[in-house]
Amino acid sequence: MDAPATAETLTLVEAGRRAVLQEMRRDPRIWVLGEDVARGGLFGQYRGFRDEFGPDRVVSTPISESTIMGAGLGAALVGTRPIIEMRIFDFAMCAMDELVNQIAKIRYMFGGQAKAALVVRMPHGIWRNSAAQHSQTLEAWFAHLPGVVVAAPSTPADTAGLLVAAIRSDDPVLFFDPKNLFGVTGPVPAEIDPLPFGIARQVLSGGDLTMVAWSSILPDCEAACAALAQEGIGVDLIDLRTLWPWDEDAVAASVARTGRLLVVHEAVQAAGFGAEVVARMIERLGPAAVKAARRLGAPRVPVPFSPPLEEAVKVTAAKIVAAAKATLGA
Amino acid sequence: MAETALAGHNMCRLIELYRTMVRIRAFEETALAAHRAGLMPGPLHASIGQEAVAAGVCLNLRRDDRITSNHRGHGHAIAKGAGVAGMMAELFGRAGGHCGGKGGSMHIADFSVGMLGANGVVAGGIPIAVGAAQGLRLLGSDAIVACFFGDGAINRGPFLEGLNWAALYRLPVLFVCEDNGVAAFTRAGEVTAGPGAVARAQAIGVAAESVDGNDAVAVDAAAGRLAAAVRRGDGPRLLHLRTYRLLGHTSTDQAAWRPEQEVAEARARDPIARLRARLLGEGVAAAALDAIIAGAEAEMSAARDAALAAPWPDPATAWTDVLDADRQEVA
Repeated sequence: MDAPATAETLTLVEAGRRAVLQEMRRDPRIWVLGEDVARGGLFGQYRGFRDEFGPDRVVSTPISESTIMGAGLGAALVGTRPIIEMRIFDFAMCAMDELVNQIAKIRYMFGGQAKAALVVRMPHGIWRNSAAQHSQTLEAWFAHLPGVVVAAPSTPADTAGLLVAAIRSDDPVLFFDPKNLFGVTGPVPAEIDPLPFGIARQVLSGGDLTMVAWSSILPDCEAACAALAQEGIGVDLIDLRTLWPWDEDAVAASVARTGRLLVVHEAVQAAGFGAEVVARMIERLGPAAVKAARRLGAPRVPVPFSPPLEEAVKVTAAKIVAAAKATLGA
Repeated sequence: MAETALAGHNMCRLIELYRTMVRIRAFEETALAAHRAGLMPGPLHASIGQEAVAAGVCLNLRRDDRITSNHRGHGHAIAKGAGVAGMMAELFGRAGGHCGGKGGSMHIADFSVGMLGANGVVAGGIPIAVGAAQGLRLLGSDAIVACFFGDGAINRGPFLEGLNWAALYRLPVLFVCEDNGVAAFTRAGEVTAGPGAVARAQAIGVAAESVDGNDAVAVDAAAGRLAAAVRRGDGPRLLHLRTYRLLGHTSTDQAAWRPEQEVAEARARDPIARLRARLLGEGVAAAALDAIIAGAEAEMSAARDAALAAPWPDPATAWTDVLDADRQEVA
């Protein structure tokens, strides 16, 4: 895809910052709450915001995850549009009542009297050997949860576009920033348009195998596909970008063509979202059309600290190559 | 028992308190009878005996003020002005309920009168209340938020978090601890260390006071003082109201573990009977008060009959009000 003429090359984290900046300048009802956001946030996602928008719209909060999440909901119920920053995903575990029992339910339970128009940003995944409580990818939990949108982009442009869409959405959006890709660069348009949820990105085209992935694992998938190409294996690589809603049509069209499907995620393989993708394709296309279908994820162990241990459990390009070949029966 | 002096209270206000309490009582007794008769699905948590809390606090709120409530929230909703026809239909799970039959007793909400919802999770409304207050301020509103919760909620983390949060940002929140002495089936004192809600609030710098929650006049007076301070911008306040849950945790719980004498003594402190005695003492005719009761009972019976006559929700509505994103593109 050609970059628009006005595009600028930005890191992923800066792309997200520009998206929120653009929206906060547009709509005074939008505000950010979370730990250390007045100092720019843990990753600099909100650098300069306090100076521009003041302390009422850029609120550094106590380390009170339940109330960060729940107060965001309360503020949404009276008509503001909060961005709830959870610092890293793992800390959102302290706010599961507010997220699962309240945010995800309130519109339905109250018969549509109110919508929870808010974004919860939860940077997730393995990053700098941060060990078991700072490395999790549990996005599948939330794809299983009625009432929320689940976004998990992998590029600067998609991060920007999906964040704009998330902020403008009246649905609660769980936004999984890919921590490990914050430094990745790419073109981002000066005027960021919303990127609709549920539309996948075709990363590579190839006729031998459909590979589906999202979030932090995409660069490893691309490296694996480059290696496979060296051996003459063509891969249709699809980045789902959002897990709910997800682009079933794009995946089905690809699998109908290749007949072989591999879903790759950084998250634990067992009961991951890959299982849903595989199951839906078999239901939809029939077992005869799906000649082979596999998942590749992490083993069902917590993420360890020591670099060789972490390396042993995480999904890598080499493991993706091996899984792709297994799917091809090679 | 000592009654709060009537200074500052005119007769209209007392009668308004009485009417609200009587309407809450009639609503819940009507609902309980239907529940016992097997006409109403789901759990039902009644606040019989606690009506002065809702009536006294909400009499000090404007229509555009907001409240959050808990699982025992019928009284809070009625006192805030929620329509009883929609509430009753909701309890029966019928079309026309405030939530279209998707919420039931535990999730009554009426956003049109600032009732941001009952809550099935103890302390669940506390973070929502402080956030609502923060949002209202951001929007330039001078409305305040009253947050109802029970004595059980003060042992949950969100109570501590919410108090700290509201004090830190000087938010317009009136925390109302409706202390009926019992958390589900266990006496609050058996599971709560230290002197309780007021001391915990004061430790965080939130001014707090405690009054007899079965004395509607006292509740009204204290809520008026604290709500005025909150509305002035003095920051949050906590009002601790001692009351008594005359019935069990749910409509099917007899709470038989409580000594009969304790319950009998509590019945003697019934807030409605107490206010009635005062009104009679002030020269109000018994017939006038009986007419209020008869009116409330007729209102609630009519609401019940209408709810029972209402159709069940269209099953297709089970699929609505979930998510826009998987149905249409983002604008």
